[in-house]
Amino acid sequence: MFAQLHKAGVMGLNARNADFIALENPRRLYPAVDDKLLTKALAIKHGVPAPELYGTLSAPHDIRDLPTLVEQRQAFVIKPAHGSGGDGIVVIDSHRNGRYRTCSGRIYAWGELSHHLANMINGQFSLGGHPDQAMVEYRVRFDPVFNTVCYLGVPDIRIIVYRGYPVMSMVRLPTRASDGKANLHQGALGAGICLATGRTINGVLVNEYIEEHPDTGMDVVGIDIPYWEQMLNMAARCYELTGLGYLGVDLVLDAHHGPLMLELNARPGLNIQIANGRGLLSRLERIKQVEPGEKTAEERVALAQEWFRHAA
Amino acid sequence: MNLRHLYVLVATLVVIGVSAFSYKVTRLGFPILPDTSSQLWTVEARIEFMRYTPGPAKVALEVPTNPVGFGVLNEHFVSRGYGVSIREEDNRREALWAIRRVQGDQAVYYRLSLFRDQDAKPPRGADAFPPVPELEEPYASALAMVISEVREESADVATFTGTLLRRVRNATADDNVALLLEDADTPIQRAEVARMLLAGARIPARVLQALPLTSDTRQVAMTSWLAVHNGTQWLYFDPASGEQSLPRDLFIWSWDSANVMSVSGGTGERIEFWVTRELEDALSVAKRRATSHGSRIVDFSLLDLPLQTQSVYSILIMIPIGALLVVLMRNIVGVRTFGTFLPVLVALAFRESQLISGILLFSLLVAIGLGVRFYLERLHLLLVPRLAAVLIVVVLMMAAVSVLSYRLGLEIGLSVALFPMVILTMVIERMSVVWEERGPADAIQEGLGSLLVAALVYGVMNIDLIRHITFVFPEVLLIVLGIVLLLGRYTGYRLTDLRRFRVLTKNTPAPGAD
Repeated sequence: MFAQLHKAGVMGLNARNADFIALENPRRLYPAVDDKLLTKALAIKHGVPAPELYGTLSAPHDIRDLPTLVEQRQAFVIKPAHGSGGDGIVVIDSHRNGRYRTCSGRIYAWGELSHHLANMINGQFSLGGHPDQAMVEYRVRFDPVFNTVCYLGVPDIRIIVYRGYPVMSMVRLPTRASDGKANLHQGALGAGICLATGRTINGVLVNEYIEEHPDTGMDVVGIDIPYWEQMLNMAARCYELTGLGYLGVDLVLDAHHGPLMLELNARPGLNIQIANGRGLLSRLERIKQVEPGEKTAEERVALAQEWFRHAA
Repeated sequence: MNLRHLYVLVATLVVIGVSAFSYKVTRLGFPILPDTSSQLWTVEARIEFMRYTPGPAKVALEVPTNPVGFGVLNEHFVSRGYGVSIREEDNRREALWAIRRVQGDQAVYYRLSLFRDQDAKPPRGADAFPPVPELEEPYASALAMVISEVREESADVATFTGTLLRRVRNATADDNVALLLEDADTPIQRAEVARMLLAGARIPARVLQALPLTSDTRQVAMTSWLAVHNGTQWLYFDPASGEQSLPRDLFIWSWDSANVMSVSGGTGERIEFWVTRELEDALSVAKRRATSHGSRIVDFSLLDLPLQTQSVYSILIMIPIGALLVVLMRNIVGVRTFGTFLPVLVALAFRESQLISGILLFSLLVAIGLGVRFYLERLHLLLVPRLAAVLIVVVLMMAAVSVLSYRLGLEIGLSVALFPMVILTMVIERMSVVWEERGPADAIQEGLGSLLVAALVYGVMNIDLIRHITFVFPEVLLIVLGIVLLLGRYTGYRLTDLRRFRVLTKNTPAPGAD
């Protein structure tokens, strides 16, 4: 049983935690990814594009500033600065007269939204329940490339970066079942992407291989992702940005701004292996053999694309 | 990361744990199994005599010192109105009862409790080489004759003694020995003759007086035994058979053939020995044994704490076992639970409430709590006040459950008071968040996982053997610590990984460069 998993090179949770996260990701570097405000500041410093931040709500009395903050904008996103797993994120498409409509069509009255914000600031969604900040930022207008295979929400691209080398990637497509959220365990669809070509190779929905999107019925395999090289370079640069050796980089493709870095994850999930139909271990082993040396992000990306090419 | 460092640490912990454990088991006789009993013998010497006229009386009794193969738990001197004193000289102890004025039938008792102690060594070293006894003819020639004959047929002290004793036993066939045994009628006298013969060969020997310890209560008589020193150690012989042996149940009372008892000021003195075997809690025997060994290990163990504290620790000391189980369930099996160690605390509560009713009460509390929590959600409260509100409701519910079940005559409902309410509140909060964010399926799955692990921990904590071992041998927890540290570097798959990644095992991966 275990031997089969081992043969497929599948990395289990224990191996990820003990051999990669514990060894490659020193605790002191975590704030760079756990605090999304800090991530954003670092991204700007390192020239990695990220969604524009409209404002931060740090205390309950800041909540009443929200309407003025978004007065000029119809769409925006509220997320906890220390959130995890997409919990607490609210994507507002439009608002009028104190009523806010989310991307999935749900209407929040002002009272409900401000309660949600108060919970967020009190730490309901933060790791460890510490008081938190609510970020209000640009709502990504996603690129039409995913229009046919995405039900609401923001389709995002996850790239695992090991010691600065991209090793595996997938695109996560929200479904009706996931309520517009892009997390696989919440029912989103995952599709592996070939690092070399930027083409989707495999679709997985709740542990089953599929070829078509369950809501739109369109092919999820064989989509060519634009700006692929640029995305890989951004992901590789996040290694210098955080110093974390084992990193999950979440990117989105905006119709106007191109690829944007949405967030970083120091404990990226393992479902990417399912989406790609292969384990991570052999690729990680390949990177381990590389002599540590000064290579630029571009050089690392080129090497990774050479090594990790899906045939056909 | 240096794995060798971890292995050395784990090995050290395990070695310390195992050696302390085995020291306590083998040397101090701590019982591995709960409720084991040790044999404990009570030997009573009863001395009776008569004094016809009023006047002083004095009784002297030689009492055992450091008996071979046994440990003395305690000894008592019982008499009516006598003053008791102990005189000790040259490895010999004597109890003295004395009274100024007494008349009529008299009885004094000496009682001692014995436990088996394989380590108890002979109390004395070698005696000086005895001088060759000076006898008149024809005894001197007979002695020399016997010794030279026996010496011909033997190689060392042990075989010499064995051969000699057999010659003494079969004395009728041998004129020389028969001559020496002329006046020896009792076994003890015959043993004395054997001792004299050994002295002729300049071999230190002693005639011992010993009691056979029986398994039932009965009167026993002193038997004589022979101890011979071969230069390095004492060897024991049965003077009757000539065989070299010291039965496990033979208790050496005196290292002398002289009468153990003497009475002055009385007549018709008699001594009787009674043996009773009891089975006593092995643990308390082991404790006293450790004390008699001069071992400080018991003074610094949990067994030395006041009883009330002991009962607290008997539960606390189980928590590491629970923690180990949680580690196994989470990192090897992959069960998801609310709160890392919540299942352990719930399992502790189950100890009082019993398993089934515990699970029912727990589910009931969480269910009602969840309902309240969902209702409070609609009031749009801030986080901390909401948590406090849930906590208050949980406490009220616990009180209500207790009162109601008491009214209904269900004792079991009272034990709800032992549930960790703050933790319960956090579970309700976490569960409601998971419920909203990930759906009821995830929330219920995690809740069931917590209950499953709690039930398992409860089951293991309820095994008598494990309770006994952790309490009596807390050093075992060092081994548990070692295992937990090792599991901390377990990078293999979890059982749930099998299910999660089953797609990857079924399909051959798409062809690729890696």
